[in-house]
Amino acid sequence: MKALRFGSLMLLAWMLWTPALADDFERLLQPLTSNNMAAKAQVVQKLADTGDARALVIFEAILDGNLHFRRDTGELVLASLSGNMFQLRDPYTGESLGEAGRREVSRVNVNNAIRSDLRTRRAALQLEIGTATDRRNAARRLMSQIDEELRPLFEGRLQVESSRATRRYLEMGLALMDLQDTDPRVRMAAINTLDNDLLPVVRRSLTPLAENDPNEAVREAAQRSVRDIDTLLKVNRVAENVYYGISLGSVLLLAAIGLAITFGVMGVINMAHGEMIMLGAYTTYVVQLMMPNHIEYSILVAIPAAFMVAGLVGILIERGVIRFLYGRPLETLLATFGISLILQQAVRSIFSPLNRQVTTPEWMSGSFEINGALALTYNRFYIIIFSLLVLAALMVLLKKTHFGLQMRAVTQNRRMASAMGIRTGWVDALTFGLGSGIAGIAGVALSQLTNVGPNMGQQYIIDSFLVVVFGGVGNLWGTLVGAMSLGITNKLIEPWTGAVLAKIVILVAVILFIQKRPRGLFALKGRSVED
Amino acid sequence: MKAKKGLKLGLSALAFSVSLSAVAADDVIKVGVLHSLSGTMAISETTLKDTVLMLVEQQNQRGGLLGKKLQPVVVDPASNWPLFAERARQLLERDKVDVIFGTWTSVSRKSVLPVLEELNGLMFYPVQYEGEESSRNIFYTGAAPNQQAIPAVDYLINELGIERFVLAGTDYVYPRTTNRILEAYLKSKGVADADIMINYTPFGHSDWQTIVSDIRRFGSQGKKTAVVSTINGDANVPFYLELGNQGVSAEDIPVIAFSVGEEELSGIDTGPLVGHLAAWNYFMSAESDENFAFIDKWHEFIGDTNRVTNDPMEATYIGFTMWTKAVEAAGTTDVDAVRAAMYGITIPNLTGGYAVMNTNHHLTKPVLIGEIQDDGQFSIVWQTPNGVIGDAWTDYLPDSANIIADWTAPVNCGNFNIRTGRCSGQNY
Repeated sequence: MKALRFGSLMLLAWMLWTPALADDFERLLQPLTSNNMAAKAQVVQKLADTGDARALVIFEAILDGNLHFRRDTGELVLASLSGNMFQLRDPYTGESLGEAGRREVSRVNVNNAIRSDLRTRRAALQLEIGTATDRRNAARRLMSQIDEELRPLFEGRLQVESSRATRRYLEMGLALMDLQDTDPRVRMAAINTLDNDLLPVVRRSLTPLAENDPNEAVREAAQRSVRDIDTLLKVNRVAENVYYGISLGSVLLLAAIGLAITFGVMGVINMAHGEMIMLGAYTTYVVQLMMPNHIEYSILVAIPAAFMVAGLVGILIERGVIRFLYGRPLETLLATFGISLILQQAVRSIFSPLNRQVTTPEWMSGSFEINGALALTYNRFYIIIFSLLVLAALMVLLKKTHFGLQMRAVTQNRRMASAMGIRTGWVDALTFGLGSGIAGIAGVALSQLTNVGPNMGQQYIIDSFLVVVFGGVGNLWGTLVGAMSLGITNKLIEPWTGAVLAKIVILVAVILFIQKRPRGLFALKGRSVED
Repeated sequence: MKAKKGLKLGLSALAFSVSLSAVAADDVIKVGVLHSLSGTMAISETTLKDTVLMLVEQQNQRGGLLGKKLQPVVVDPASNWPLFAERARQLLERDKVDVIFGTWTSVSRKSVLPVLEELNGLMFYPVQYEGEESSRNIFYTGAAPNQQAIPAVDYLINELGIERFVLAGTDYVYPRTTNRILEAYLKSKGVADADIMINYTPFGHSDWQTIVSDIRRFGSQGKKTAVVSTINGDANVPFYLELGNQGVSAEDIPVIAFSVGEEELSGIDTGPLVGHLAAWNYFMSAESDENFAFIDKWHEFIGDTNRVTNDPMEATYIGFTMWTKAVEAAGTTDVDAVRAAMYGITIPNLTGGYAVMNTNHHLTKPVLIGEIQDDGQFSIVWQTPNGVIGDAWTDYLPDSANIIADWTAPVNCGNFNIRTGRCSGQNY
């Protein structure tokens, strides 16, 4: 294919700067300033054919998105935005061409097809001269092209390549080409080399052989391989769904832990719980605004900050409103609902009703590839770990610290605790603050998964109550088991029913369950229940 | 700083409604603004409220209309559908406004519609929608399905060679109707049942893991696959995030969206989304002098050069400009006279062509396909050579294929069956 030709030509040109007739080259470039994508695709092809090293510069600039042209003269320039002005540079020499206003230059726009073509051309080049990571990615990209013209490139590289992953991709690429070979032995060997790999291209290429290969042995081998791949894919799907379920469960757990304190332990029906999550998410946003150069670590700063902000607001709410309403659940419900509306509108007025952008740090993006068909996303993985850490920390706080002891004493028998000299009012406030603060921490995590906007809390309030009620009020283990079982069940039935029905099914199931066991999975036993 | 801005805007809106009683009714033309300023829809609708206020201010600087000043009357229906009807009644009966610019969701429009017809009000609706409606009292300046969805799918088939389609949408009326139309259209183009996957998700869906992995699997069967997304506003962010994290790039499986514009993208890092598509009648990146002037004016009005413009804003602009032209032509703000003057009015749209108001109360305007860029803007990769005439009743559904809308004599009906030659009992 052209990819190869381009690769070697570019390599040649790289070493020998051979300025073609300047006018010819410049004329070739002209359609880049038009809006005609087909013409641009042709330009790319023609540029590659010239073998001019300047073509490489142009390609890189297009892929980086900084190739622009002056709107009046059509001259191609590299432009980068700084402030309100574009800094212009010469594409070939890199020498500065001064500044231009935003509307004096236009970007050379390309579409997916051209971008994909350019990347393939670049991959062919990188396979020769790139770093180890570049070579691996290039081999992976080119492997699925199945193009005989790539064979010499692959074979040549395989001789000298040291990285195992890259070698594997090269071997697979060659095997995929061999599947088309006329010699049945070569095809057979190729099937063995592919070794039931789960990358989609493998199954796709084996299917025609399994259906109508003239050689019976090859056909059977291909059929066997396709069958094995299908079995593995099924196993993978279950594993994937369980992972998704745990991940959804961890989100539910994070959202619900705070409520397990305020509602579960204190018995306050806190409709503003979702807004505490929202405050945590907005804290993350503000922290990122304050440290724009250290986005990677901003999350770590945001966690304590969100705990403080949401916790303080929680204490204010408890001291200001809720403490007057203990023992009057209906009024608490209405009052906290009102507070939730006030908080939403306050955020809307301060930050605007538009969603805010929270940047995901590099280390939380992307996914960890287990095999060709199964990849676990990092952000979900970290959140699973994080939710368990938060739960563990809370357990320790409740069971092992003095404050935890006071808290449990007050909730179990307020009068007795008071008689023992515990300031029950302050314990109430701090407990409510603790629950709210943990909701704030949940907001930091959720800001990595979903929108940060004034309404984000409302999404989680129902789910949170569901988890706490289902798991058993007043029991943190119940919250953990409740969240995980709801998450996993949801994800296991979602492929069958779709997302809308899955939610309904879960809701109905929980309602039926509560009929049977009104106190949830892990009911508290003993005297405290009777109060 | 932003906070102050928001407060200032809020105060100015308040001042507008307060100043209402101070001026004698005869000296002014009242412009009702019926957009949610609180609740879920505030995220989209406040921008349109500001757009109308900007256009009113601009018109007043030019000397108003018919020698009178325009006076905006802003009300807040608070994303509450029945409240839209109440507020509309209040605007028409108590405030006696001459025109209303408002509503976003279809359900809020349907809620306002009977009030408008009862009191013979006039409303401009600025958002792309599912069609199947044409009211005497509403002008639809957003896209009908044939001005967005159908050209988008044509682009996928003809330019990108797509053979398999995932129709993913939020579970409510606009995606359901649009996907029904698209499914019928795809089948008429010879796409097999097995090559169409339809998926609905609840409002504000945030856990896209399963669906994205299904899409990945659906798209890995060898045929070129694309996602046609009618996923509503907010839920798009986690959707695109998940696509990026699972390594689904626009080069493998492009997503073409009908509800994702510049404003929705301003809340996310678009780096991983480069190359995904959207179909609209307007993009902020359109290079025309009208557009540059509009953007400059918007930045000046809102006091923030980072704010974006989007398609519903252009639709509001077109509606407002057409209305002023029609009032000038009619010499009065009387609803029936203005309505008659609206038909055939032609104004330059912001992307460098012309928009024409047709007798079915829908516009003729061009359709653009844009690819998302890393700066949150769209690069226009394709556009229809001519304007597309908005079709109120789609030709691709059996129930509506025979129905047309024409509000001029002799038809004078928004729901006219050309087979039976009868106007349906309802007015829309």
